[in-house]
Amino acid sequence: MSALTPARPGPASSSSPAGRSRTTTSASDGRPPRGGLTPLQRAFGRHPIGVLLALPYAVFLVAVFAYPVVLAAWMSVHDWFFSAPGVEVSHPFVGFENYRQVLTDPQVHQAFLNIGVFLVINVPLTVALALVLAVALNRAARGRTFFRVAFYVPYVTASVALVGVWLFLLGGDGVVNSLLGPLAPDPSWLVNSSLAMPSIAGFVAWKQLGFFVLLYLAALQNVSRDLYEAASMDGAGRVRQFFTVTVPGVRTTTALVVILAVITGANLFTEPYLLTGGGGPDGASTSPVLLMYQLGIEQGNPDTASALGIVLVVVVGLLVLLNRRLLRSES
Amino acid sequence: MSTPTPVREEAEAKRRKAGASRWVVPAVLTLGALAFLLPFYLMVIGSLQAEPDTSISGLVPSGGLTTANYSNIDGSIDLWRTLLNSGVITGGAIVGTLVFGVLAGYALAVLHFRGRGTLFAMVLLVQVIPFQLLTIPLYVLTVRTYGLADSYLGMVLPFLVNTTAVFVFRQFFLQLPPDLFSAARIDGASELRVLWSVALPLVRPALLTVVLLTFIGPWNEFLWPFLVTKEAAMQPLAVALANYQANVAATTSNPYGAVLAGSVVLAAPAVGLFLVFQRHFTATNLSAGVKG
Repeated sequence: MSALTPARPGPASSSSPAGRSRTTTSASDGRPPRGGLTPLQRAFGRHPIGVLLALPYAVFLVAVFAYPVVLAAWMSVHDWFFSAPGVEVSHPFVGFENYRQVLTDPQVHQAFLNIGVFLVINVPLTVALALVLAVALNRAARGRTFFRVAFYVPYVTASVALVGVWLFLLGGDGVVNSLLGPLAPDPSWLVNSSLAMPSIAGFVAWKQLGFFVLLYLAALQNVSRDLYEAASMDGAGRVRQFFTVTVPGVRTTTALVVILAVITGANLFTEPYLLTGGGGPDGASTSPVLLMYQLGIEQGNPDTASALGIVLVVVVGLLVLLNRRLLRSES
Repeated sequence: MSTPTPVREEAEAKRRKAGASRWVVPAVLTLGALAFLLPFYLMVIGSLQAEPDTSISGLVPSGGLTTANYSNIDGSIDLWRTLLNSGVITGGAIVGTLVFGVLAGYALAVLHFRGRGTLFAMVLLVQVIPFQLLTIPLYVLTVRTYGLADSYLGMVLPFLVNTTAVFVFRQFFLQLPPDLFSAARIDGASELRVLWSVALPLVRPALLTVVLLTFIGPWNEFLWPFLVTKEAAMQPLAVALANYQANVAATTSNPYGAVLAGSVVLAAPAVGLFLVFQRHFTATNLSAGVKG
């Protein structure tokens, strides 16, 4: 993320030393006049080869991102179905019919509600645990590397591999239930319609936490020591300092954590598909992307699935905007 | 008898606080580490037990470890074949990302050409388009229009270029002094030569960073190869293992053992790579590179 910060688009660097030195040298090494520009340079800029070097990437962006996005928008307002390869079929324009279907589908409502449950549990859990662990890691006298590595390992491990262990932990006859004994929930965690989604939110929080710990750790380095000293002079204890100095000091990171958690929630597929056998029980853990897969590929309605995809992106976009607004009005 | 003076009280409080924080920090960290590492321990132990034991005493196995689960999972899904598939997809993604990323990053950072601003705007735009919007249209294009189902090219297509890598390379190239490039150009070096012999050797750390962040994504990816493959012989391990969990595991006598053995095989390469190169994994480098 921070790799983006110093980046500035084209115009800013047009006056870069590289550009200038190019002009001055080419004037002296016997190139044609008119500022030393060849016709090729006049057509494509000072370094025409740049076009060639950037072309593969540009073509890829168009083919794999731009065109599919346009296709998704196009499919969402047409009657689009799969046909045998090579067969020309017409895809009549249907206006907002696909959107109407998506927006009135109770399954879709349920899926968005599920993501709401996911976020309500996942976000506070992630923020609180990641911040506490980061503060502890920041204060640690020894073993920093060990703990950093331990926290991060789940993040680099495939969800598919971790799901195996969590089924082992949370299954009806799993480790957690045998620890709980008679306190075990009935029906068990992943087949219980009120516990399935919270279990998934807990799993995802656990898997991603290491990454957020590192984000917070980086943010903590930027909180001024003076503030802690001032707070300590005023008689604030450790806990008080945590809430009056640390928490406001890492506010922008918290905002980033919220945005990333929303995006994770919107992308949720593997966990409900594998942990709860395709989004059960009774759709209590279905996610919008899982529904897109079922609608578009299993049931052969890519047009409604595309409409759902666009609705999802709009919702995520609004949430991200809202988060930014809140952040700006606070500061 | 004598009530403690405020000064003494404060000193006392300070001492108590210092005493508390001496054990609070290690305790929190240890508790965290346990929560993160215990499932991995269970994964390995469970994969080595004839019958994974979910009781508390089963946490410490009392002998009788076996590799039978590994043979079992290898009998249901061809481990070597699926590992090879995962390797081909990941390798293809790494090569594509390095080649396209270096060329585009260099052009965006060093070269001055028409359309650079537009391209950079597109790069920024791609960062905000969520992949889930692309799932359905990309599936339609790749599988139905181009006929790339059950092919390596189809599976690797969305991972051939990683925009984060373009950013990383661009940042590294921007840090190099521009005089280096002009000096080489005065000596008559072609632009590709400047890139290959002057710029690239100086950004070697960026190459490692990009290889690491590209490895984990495609290796762990599930949804896309799951959509593109129907043939078992073409599936990467993550997809084969997930299908086994979803369809076969319920019907076998010892489902946990085989699934955990497969999980260990799938997790080991990424975890191993991470442990060896853990210094290079920083929050900024990996922020957008890892999914799944």
